[in-house]
Amino acid sequence: MNSFTLTQATATDEAVRDLTSHDGAAYLGGGTNLVDLMKYNLERPTHLTSLGLLPLTDITSLPDGGLRLGALATNADTAWHPEVEKRYPLLSQTILAGATPQLRNVATNGGNLNQRTRCYYFYDLATPCNKREPGSGCSALTGPNRVCGVLGTSESCIATHPSDMCVALAALEAVVRVQGPDGERTIKFEDYHRLPGDHPEKDNTLKPGELVTAIDLPEEGYADHFTYLKLRDRSSYAFALVSVAVGLKMNGNTIEKARFALGGVAHKPWRDQEAEKMLEGQTASPDLFRQVAAKVFAEAKGYGEDSLHNSFKIELGKRAIVRALKQATEMSQVVNPNVFLNSNP
Amino acid sequence: MSQTIATPPTVRLDSDVLGKPISRTDGPAKVSGAAKYAAEFGVTGPLWYGYIVSSPIAKGKITKIHADEVLAIPGVQHIFSHENVPSLAWFDRNYKDDVAPGGSPFRPLHEPEILFSLQPVALVVADTFELARYAASVLRIEYDVEKHNTDLEASIGEAYDAPRGKTGFMPPPKPKGDMDKAYQEAPHKIAGEYIHRAQHQNPMEMFATTVDWLGDGKKMKIYDKTQGAPNVQQYLMKIFSLSTDEARVISKFTGGGFGSGLRPQYQVFLAVMAALELKHSIRVVMTRTQMFSFGHRPHTLQKLRLATDDLGQIQALEHKALHETSQFENYTETIVNWAGVLYPSPNTNFDYQLAKLDVYSPLDMRAPGAATGSFALESAIDEMAYAANVDPLDFRLRNYSYEDPIENKPFTSKRLDDCLHEGAARFGWDQRNPEPRSMRDGNQLVGWGVAAGCWDASMQKAAAKAVLSADGHLTVSSATNDQGAGTYVIMTQMAAQTLGLPMKQVTFNLGDTNMPAAPVQGGSWTANSVGAAVKDACQGIGKKLLKLAQKMDNSPLAGVDFEDAQFVDGYIRANEDITRSVAIADILAASGEEKIEADGKAGPNPINMLKYSMHSHNAVFVEVKVDEDLGTIHVTRVVNAVAAGRIMNPKTARSQVLGGTVWGLSMALMEETYLNNELGRFMNHNYAEYHIPVNADIHKIDVIFVEEQDDIASPIGVKGVGEIGMLGVAAAIANAVYHATGKRVRELPLTSDKLL
Ligand SMILES: Cc1cc2nc3c(=O)[nH]c(=O)nc-3n(C[C@H](O)[C@H](O)[C@H](O)COP(=O)(O)OP(=O)(O)OC[C@H]3O[C@@H](n4cnc5c(N)ncnc54)[C@H](O)[C@@H]3O)c2cc1C
Ligand code: SF4
Repeated sequence: MNSFTLTQATATDEAVRDLTSHDGAAYLGGGTNLVDLMKYNLERPTHLTSLGLLPLTDITSLPDGGLRLGALATNADTAWHPEVEKRYPLLSQTILAGATPQLRNVATNGGNLNQRTRCYYFYDLATPCNKREPGSGCSALTGPNRVCGVLGTSESCIATHPSDMCVALAALEAVVRVQGPDGERTIKFEDYHRLPGDHPEKDNTLKPGELVTAIDLPEEGYADHFTYLKLRDRSSYAFALVSVAVGLKMNGNTIEKARFALGGVAHKPWRDQEAEKMLEGQTASPDLFRQVAAKVFAEAKGYGEDSLHNSFKIELGKRAIVRALKQATEMSQVVNPNVFLNSNP
Repeated sequence: MSQTIATPPTVRLDSDVLGKPISRTDGPAKVSGAAKYAAEFGVTGPLWYGYIVSSPIAKGKITKIHADEVLAIPGVQHIFSHENVPSLAWFDRNYKDDVAPGGSPFRPLHEPEILFSLQPVALVVADTFELARYAASVLRIEYDVEKHNTDLEASIGEAYDAPRGKTGFMPPPKPKGDMDKAYQEAPHKIAGEYIHRAQHQNPMEMFATTVDWLGDGKKMKIYDKTQGAPNVQQYLMKIFSLSTDEARVISKFTGGGFGSGLRPQYQVFLAVMAALELKHSIRVVMTRTQMFSFGHRPHTLQKLRLATDDLGQIQALEHKALHETSQFENYTETIVNWAGVLYPSPNTNFDYQLAKLDVYSPLDMRAPGAATGSFALESAIDEMAYAANVDPLDFRLRNYSYEDPIENKPFTSKRLDDCLHEGAARFGWDQRNPEPRSMRDGNQLVGWGVAAGCWDASMQKAAAKAVLSADGHLTVSSATNDQGAGTYVIMTQMAAQTLGLPMKQVTFNLGDTNMPAAPVQGGSWTANSVGAAVKDACQGIGKKLLKLAQKMDNSPLAGVDFEDAQFVDGYIRANEDITRSVAIADILAASGEEKIEADGKAGPNPINMLKYSMHSHNAVFVEVKVDEDLGTIHVTRVVNAVAAGRIMNPKTARSQVLGGTVWGLSMALMEETYLNNELGRFMNHNYAEYHIPVNADIHKIDVIFVEEQDDIASPIGVKGVGEIGMLGVAAAIANAVYHATGKRVRELPLTSDKLL
């Protein structure tokens, strides 16, 4: 870790001004990711603009029926917020499936969106990694890559975005509000994170100096038919191997509207709008779910066959979609199968 | 005072503490933060910090170190590397510690050659930790990179028979009969190949050393994270030509070891070298990543063949193992011998080989070798039982070894059969439908599996000292270690029981080389070895007290031999007539002595070792529930029945077995260090990606102790429970998964992808 200066900004435009007036500056949210990266000497900001005092911690209803999540609200406060629990239980569950209570208590919503990949090589300076050092190569293409992706990958990078929360935000079609040196703008969630292509060093479409101020949720929260299925190597405190967030609107056994997104498989929360359309207007059935799952992974590419390598995610991902859709339609078991509930305790 | 009390004391038995579930005496210090670990001790003068720089490559040579740029940073004191390391002891033997395997031990900063990835290549010393870390991050080092090989499977052709060299190494047993012929002719047979990759011990406390430079010649107080202060002291004395006074090693608390702290790690070498060169106090702490830079449970490939006759009696048994070692040492552990101890067979064959890779030497990790061997062996036994159409529990009883089949020696005690019976009863094994895939709970497949385990009951030389002060307080000390096992409390119990004192009147101290020597804490031998030494020291005090009592006027104990006296609740009493008693407090008062001291020692009995086979055993029963579509496995119930001689403290012993069970589950389902062969480097070197269980993974665990009366394995009847609890668990889980799903997985860990 190098030495750095720090400013505690108290207003949003002050924060943007502070950051843009320093070379090599970074925004500091809860610090649960950035500070780790600094300790690993991967991120070397010489100045930090701390967002801790910004008045962006509220969660408020919007006139259009939606809900605005302040960028500085903590993951914990968001997950346990009564409106979120009631109207967007998918989001609530998804946040609670991530990290640990301690981390969620300090991690912010803005920071969650911008957390970096968990690819092993990204975290180890001794190894080639295009995302960390463009042009150095991608160690994960052939090396152990259980954490890496199988959809939308490129030969430059096969990393995944590690967030759980963002998987729900993708399914919920959230909108990200940002403020930059040139003023405010909004970004549709599907456009917020990007695929690696030739520039894996760029995780998202934020422009230099832009600050996330809020995340807006549209009115529909799919509170009657939703699920978050997170498959991982242990019951908690592990990133997803594959996860699926589903929100459905049902009429009897007919699916009227379907939104779903996958985590753990791509450089961004993975949505497939064609696959969603395959569900709409149809009667829920295992066959249909299997067809949808097959469609989602039709173009998937695995990177190695043994258990250290990630090809298994293609089959696991398909099964996860089928199970998640079943859970959301039936609303019978909305618990994470990773957390075992003994039927006769 | 001449009047002695003749009335018998009321029998409260405050001192009858051995075998009781007493809480750790060190517990309050640990949970309140008062317990100090190696990196937490203050020093007399100012403290400097050393940060270790690790090699990014697995093989090659350092060609240039740009130290000057970094030394120019204010506050950076020094940079040690092979270029300026002081001249030290020359011979390999000086670098050998008690636990070193055969070969040439690694010498930190000795030469420019790189032998393994993450090898320490420099130590940056600065005024603060943050500065040292920063300076280390900008230190430029150039390397000539050479082609490395870390691929075990690609190195099978270069494997060689494991040589001797490591203390306690047992070569594979000699073959018996004609394995191939018996196997071919047998009606039922199975063969399987088993694999697990490297696993790291990962104790919570990072390896750390704080050297307090006392400014008096070369005198240092060396606070070290280790499982054996005396082993570290000997190592340092030989390398740096120090006296015991100069290299005093202290390790009061150890935040987990699991074998990683058996050998002195390189941070203690670096810290002591720097302190001696700079004549200054220094602290060196490894990073979590660096915790993956030394020993590990080796990546191991195993093959088993088994065959039975029509009655399910084993006729042929073959167990072969091959694992990695470093280029510089022949690390060995006992993997294939257990099959020979547990299951008699007229035809056997055993084989044990090593292959050299560009990695650091593996290092004993809880139940080294046995955990590995037992997974393969007990999986194969299960498979064999199915092939022979015998219940897996019956199969183990039918093929029970009543004496050690390898050496044809009797066991000092062996109640594995009772472990199997009692465990089965507690678990409800008789309700099991043997048919795979026959049991369900909702949409989950249910599987029940069993496995047995075996570990050595061994003893090492150990010493202790006991001091009884005039106020009646007993202080006992030994330079042993408590890595969390409960040594503090069980030794206090042993001392209290021996001298008939209440626990609160007894203090046990450990972890200081100024105390009588003790072996490293490993091998499950501490309770036995140090316990016997503590007892011996306390008996020494007892003998002196009895003599003093007998000098008192009209002593009621006149003419009573030590063997005929008992020490209970603060009194010495005659066995024959307990009304003949004297209070220890009165003896001390009458004697006018300021304190009474005695030394104690214990060690193995070589004649018994020749005549007998000494082992602890366990039987593990497991229930799993498997979501077959998603491959998730939950271990919903475990019964672990253990026969390990006398249990000194059922509470701490149970904790040991619980911990062992959890670790067995961890080995079965999660643990694996990902080696990237192209980079020659372990990649998941942190707690986020090296998975061990969380609370939500652990469900009901039942521990049963089947006590054994065994005065031959140990003078105090104790076999130790440090490792035994882990054995059998991984195999029982794999067997349960087979029972649930019909799938036999022979590769650990059993991650969900292996069931898809
Ligand atoms: C051990 C561990 C386990 C974890 N497990 C999980 C898990 O299972 N699932 C999961 O989803 N997450 C997990 N996390 C990640 C955790 O969710 C993130 O670290 C956290 O959400 C980041 O939020 P923060 O406020 O601390 O971000 P910071 O660390 O402060 O910032 C992260 C990045 O975002 C930028 N940033 C912060 N705020 C803003 C803003 N308002 N506008 C623009 N840029 C901003 C920072 O500059 C930085 O680049 C885990 C983290 C750890 C350490
Ligand atoms: S997958 Fe991406 S993050 Fe991982 S090594 Fe390759 S380039 Fe780096």
